Amino acid sequence: MEAALFFLAAIGALGGAIGVVAMRNPFYGVLALIVHLFSLAVLFLLLSSAFVAAAQVVVYAGAVMVLYVFVVAYVGGGTESAWDPIPGQRFLAPLLGLALFVELSIAVLASSLLALGSDGPEVGPGFGDPAAIGKLFLEKFLIPFEASSMLLMLAAVGAIVLASRRTR
Amino acid sequence: MTIEWYIVLSSLLFAIGAMGILLRRSPIVILLCLELMLNAGNLALVAFSRMVGNQQGQVFAIVVMVVAACEVVVGLGLIVAIFRRRLPLNVDELRELRG
Repeated sequence: MEAALFFLAAIGALGGAIGVVAMRNPFYGVLALIVHLFSLAVLFLLLSSAFVAAAQVVVYAGAVMVLYVFVVAYVGGGTESAWDPIPGQRFLAPLLGLALFVELSIAVLASSLLALGSDGPEVGPGFGDPAAIGKLFLEKFLIPFEASSMLLMLAAVGAIVLASRRTR
Repeated sequence: MTIEWYIVLSSLLFAIGAMGILLRRSPIVILLCLELMLNAGNLALVAFSRMVGNQQGQVFAIVVMVVAACEVVVGLGLIVAIFRRRLPLNVDELRELRG
């Protein structure tokens, strides 16, 4: 059951990712990314981290993707030039992506983490629920928590300044 | 499923995102591919946190989510500003800063 769910979610995540890269129209790319994000939320649930999965669905699929859809509808796709500024870029890019994957695989294989081949330790039902994460945020990670709230406010102000109608 | 599967999937997603950034020319799609890479990192963080049996990795994943949301907001604001100034939405033609 768990394996079937993992493979379904993995196929969804991979298909979504390939869709984002391959789709000509950015609107379909955004839709493929939504599929990808929902599959990732399922994977997070399988890793018994319920709060991260919920945040993924609410923050990404709920808020960020709506923003993307609005901007793509407003801007309308953009233009992909036919000419390659770097000759052979269309062939070099997949090669470099493959090289990156091989490199990451080598790094994981060489890490000699014995627990990689296991399912992870037994965890109780409270693992990764909002109460535990909130306790960590308010006790151990208070400074990152406050810094991220500051960052969110700065980003909101910056977006308003950047996209305002005022002409310079 | 063992943790290895999640890590392999995460590195595959990361490589696909990096390939998309190298391949595509539209800034919107480049932002989407950045999201792919950040999410692959999140998956690795959560998988490692499950492997150790410690929830701190999930806290990091949530902070990464916050940073990604900020990056999207600023990036989309830039795209809207570029569009308003009637500049081409293509990273190869927006090259004044290259020098």
